[in-house]
Amino acid sequence: MNWQWEIFLQDPGGKQATYWEWMMSAWGWTVSVSLLSLLVALSIGSIVGILRTLPDSPWLVRFGNAWVELFRNIPLLVQIFLWYHVIPALIPPMKDVHGFYLVIFALGFFTSARIAEQVRAGIQTLPKGQRYAGMAMGFTTAQYYRYVLLPMAYRIIIPPLTSESMNIFKNSSVAFAVSISELTMFAMQAQEETSRGVEVYLAVTACYMVSAFAINRIMAYIEKKTRIPGTIVKASGGGGH
Amino acid sequence: MKKHLLALAVASIAASLTPLSAQAQATDTIAKVKASGTVTMGVRDSSGALSYTLGDGKYGGYHVEVCQRIVGNLEKAAGKKLEVKYLAVTSQNRIPLIQNGTVDIECGSTTNNATRQKDVSFVVTTYVEEVRIAVKAASGITSINQLKDKNVATTTGTTSVQLLRKHERATGIDFKEVFGKDHADSFLLLESGRADAFVMDGQILAGNIATSKSPADYKIVGEVLNVEPIAIMVHKDDAAFKKLADDTVKDLIKTGELAKIYDKWFVQPIPPKNTRVGLPASEATKAAWANPNDKPAEDYAKK
Repeated sequence: MNWQWEIFLQDPGGKQATYWEWMMSAWGWTVSVSLLSLLVALSIGSIVGILRTLPDSPWLVRFGNAWVELFRNIPLLVQIFLWYHVIPALIPPMKDVHGFYLVIFALGFFTSARIAEQVRAGIQTLPKGQRYAGMAMGFTTAQYYRYVLLPMAYRIIIPPLTSESMNIFKNSSVAFAVSISELTMFAMQAQEETSRGVEVYLAVTACYMVSAFAINRIMAYIEKKTRIPGTIVKASGGGGH
Repeated sequence: MKKHLLALAVASIAASLTPLSAQAQATDTIAKVKASGTVTMGVRDSSGALSYTLGDGKYGGYHVEVCQRIVGNLEKAAGKKLEVKYLAVTSQNRIPLIQNGTVDIECGSTTNNATRQKDVSFVVTTYVEEVRIAVKAASGITSINQLKDKNVATTTGTTSVQLLRKHERATGIDFKEVFGKDHADSFLLLESGRADAFVMDGQILAGNIATSKSPADYKIVGEVLNVEPIAIMVHKDDAAFKKLADDTVKDLIKTGELAKIYDKWFVQPIPPKNTRVGLPASEATKAAWANPNDKPAEDYAKK
């Protein structure tokens, strides 16, 4: 194999001066899409997950179940298309929304369904006595969730959340389908222009691995810092897989 | 029969033992197909009317038919009937497959450029692709300069993307580029109004318009943004086979046969849906026929 890494110094003829700068900008898009989607996924996923465990609110539980089943039963790429092509056809003002926001919604909602499942599982793992103890203290529902259930539930589900956070980085590659100039699009485009597919894909692979692994390390740090000695048995802090 | 097999086995062992003769055999397509009795033709699944699948392992299109003529002459040169094997290739694997001899002749939609000429040879140019603009007929757009601040669709992984970028830098006219992940997606962007124009190879635009819900709603307009010679690809350093292929195409041009084959695929209704691409031969294509050559795309840009 004769490498030609110098193609990254060539001029692609656009706003960026070199393919290297273009790849860095593409990496920026990948990271922005991923982090914002993660934010959407964590907030909505938490709310929906909590709704599904509420006592005495059958309609909210049903809504939560419907949300999860809707967003996890449709393939991600199809959801992106629904957001980009179908919803604007039904709701015309959506046409003016930039693809960047649509992809954040699509990826965020898709992942929120998975996070909701984990949050629900985390809460339901706790012994029933904890809920009753909170009630016996005279806490309102919001209060015993806030002070008793959630602090423990979130600690329990950090390992699967780590996986989801890393998945978001990898799944963000679907954004190329709605014309976000992120890493996968850069790879497809640059390999056609330079005819050096192997170098381009190796470089892009490295970018994805670095970003996903960075999230893994951050989550491992959070896991370590929030651990309460004697509650969750695991000391290695490996990020959980 | 057994003797023949033995002779063939001995010959192939001898060939593999002496690297020089093995190399000579690999680049001599005529001798190779004579020995094997088969010729492998690289084709594309969906390169418009140039090369596409008809289903059921059959392939058709302008370049496929030209290749079939070349294979006809190859049979004469080899002195026997050859079995033609079709192999669907992609943008990523077509050049390696020609280089390692898996494919003897590639009949897809490959641009002849200087980089590729280092790895493979091209038969004289049979088709010159023109990059054009497709718009909705009612839009009133007739030129690329009217696309300032408009949404312009094109397909990820094509040279048209690069072309638009370079145009932006050269003229300072800004487009809002939207990228489809394939040509069908890009056309959907135009159809749904997310894009005001679709910039792509003329025959791809024509093909998409022809198969759309209402072809009359779309128009191909404006100046030719770029021209690229598209040619049939063969193994490098195989002068005998390249000459055979070149001569076949030149003969087809001389007798007017090539223009007829072109007409059959690009103007007349074609299977499977019996639709018309409706793209008569462009001036650039006619010029390539009038003066057969295997010049790379770079030579076209200089003009």
